[in-house]
Amino acid sequence: MTRYALFALFAVLAVLAPFQIYPILLMTILCFVVFASSFNLLLGYAGLLCFGHAMFFGTAAYLSGWMLKHTALSIELCFILAALAMAALGWLVGLISARRGGIQFAMITLAISQFVYFLLLRAPFTGGEDGLQRIPRSALFGVFDVSSNVALYFVVLVFSVLAIALFYRIVHSPFGEVLRAIRDNEDRVESLGFQPERFKILALTLSAGLAGLAGAMKAAVFQIATLHDLSFHVSGTIIFMTLLGGLGTMTGPMVGAALIVLLNDELAQFGEWALIIQGTVFLAVILFFRKGVVGEIKARFWKPAKS
Amino acid sequence: MSTPTDYALEARGLTKSFGGFHAVKDVNLKVRRGAIHALIGPNGAGKTTCFNLLTKTLTPTSGQVLLDGQDITGLRSAQVARLGLVRSFQISATFPHLTCLENIRVALQSSQGTAFRFWRSLGSIKALNEPARALLAQVGLAGQEDTLATELSYGKKRALEIATTLALDPKVMLLDEPTAGMGHEDIAPITDLIRAVSAGRTILIVEHNLSVVSSLCERITVLQHGEVLTEGTYDEVSNDPEVITAYMGGVDDE
Ligand SMILES: Nc1ncnc2c1ncn2[C@@H]1O[C@H](COP(=O)(O)OP(=O)(O)OP(=O)(O)O)[C@@H](O)[C@H]1O
Ligand SMILES: [Mg+2]
Repeated sequence: MTRYALFALFAVLAVLAPFQIYPILLMTILCFVVFASSFNLLLGYAGLLCFGHAMFFGTAAYLSGWMLKHTALSIELCFILAALAMAALGWLVGLISARRGGIQFAMITLAISQFVYFLLLRAPFTGGEDGLQRIPRSALFGVFDVSSNVALYFVVLVFSVLAIALFYRIVHSPFGEVLRAIRDNEDRVESLGFQPERFKILALTLSAGLAGLAGAMKAAVFQIATLHDLSFHVSGTIIFMTLLGGLGTMTGPMVGAALIVLLNDELAQFGEWALIIQGTVFLAVILFFRKGVVGEIKARFWKPAKS
Repeated sequence: MSTPTDYALEARGLTKSFGGFHAVKDVNLKVRRGAIHALIGPNGAGKTTCFNLLTKTLTPTSGQVLLDGQDITGLRSAQVARLGLVRSFQISATFPHLTCLENIRVALQSSQGTAFRFWRSLGSIKALNEPARALLAQVGLAGQEDTLATELSYGKKRALEIATTLALDPKVMLLDEPTAGMGHEDIAPITDLIRAVSAGRTILIVEHNLSVVSSLCERITVLQHGEVLTEGTYDEVSNDPEVITAYMGGVDDE
């Protein structure tokens, strides 16, 4: 089976990668792959455009950073607790926004994210403009030292694989089926006896939890959490990654995330030109890859073979 | 004198105003159990708005809706559907990026309590595949299980929509212009299909094609400017001078 062969190949590459490529770069890719997937769950599978998605990412970075710094909790617990806290925040945001659709939903999530930004700016534990600095990488299970980049890479890798597996399961679940139906035609779903907003709230809860995990990991990777992590810039970047890779495919946004992280890494040497090059890439994708990179490849080379 | 529950669906003094404009005004309508009942009238008469009120897609300004004699005016549209009053839409309402099988399965999940299980695989609801296939076959879509709804022809989309509605095994079906926009070759099969699925159910249908109405419906209510103009059998209604004027006044296609 080619599928298992692919998985095996991926596993081997994932294990060898940190010895060939700078682990921080790899971990950044993994964080954004998870983050982009969480966004894809909303936009690609529920039809919900969340303009403030960075609030889950950034708040989780603070939470996990604070726990790593000021508590004795082991690193995996810090990740999990931050993710759960963001799931709770996502649920709350869902309660407020899920009855609305389209641009209204987008604006409400943007407004809430601005509010959260302001709260964290003023909160005593966030370090204000400086953010949280020198975040330690606490031991795994309280025993294993993961302070080296390579060791942490494997922690991040395992969490990312689990997160992607959960994402895959959600999309291919009875719930995921109804969610896609809501994306396609919400009124019809309601006329079939469902209450769409409940599904949207659950989708937002799950998505926020995944985004939270991404942010929590990011804090341990860079050992810093700042307001930038929940800025509109990051919300915008994640939209860009998703569209670049291809909406409505599972792998598209992951590929988009990896491409952008790599591109930014390459472009760092060009200083301000980086933005211009990024803009050009975005324009080119919009003009020539309407369905995103993966979407376009699929449309051209994949024969529609469904089960 | 008949008892109230001889009627599967009843509207009492149903009114809806948008701003000051009465789209539906004091409509009284009784649909006899097991009947195919037509709601006709010129464009803009308020037929779709009536449907929206009956299924609580819209909240009436005043008036009551009764399903099997039970007042459902205070319920939400999802609850109404679960009680067995299910509608189709004037514009084709499939889930375009789901396969035909998935379209039906979503509807079947409505009565299963599986719909929130995000941690289970689709294999956990494979028991629904058989009934879903049977429903597809019933509307002439056998073999199209894996076709995306968006790839179906217009007529087949409407058939898929009816199958989706049937998946809820509704007591009362409301069909909003099921043959609208169809070519001749599609109309006869859909008409036959509606007749076939009407067994054991009550159907209220909005339909502009009068030959479809005459062949299907024993009772017809005519709506004009949001009000009931008259009600009767096809022959009674079609010979009513008021109805003829109403249609002459509001002609376009049919
Ligand atoms: N949401 C709304 N807000 C304002 N006016 C509305 C609304 N919905 C319907 N109307 C108006 O109510 C009237 C009745 O509309 P409705 O769609 O019920 O007519 P219809 O009988 O279904 O017509 P058609 O045969 O064209 O489908 C129309 O004049 C329409 O413009
Ligand atoms: Mg109408």
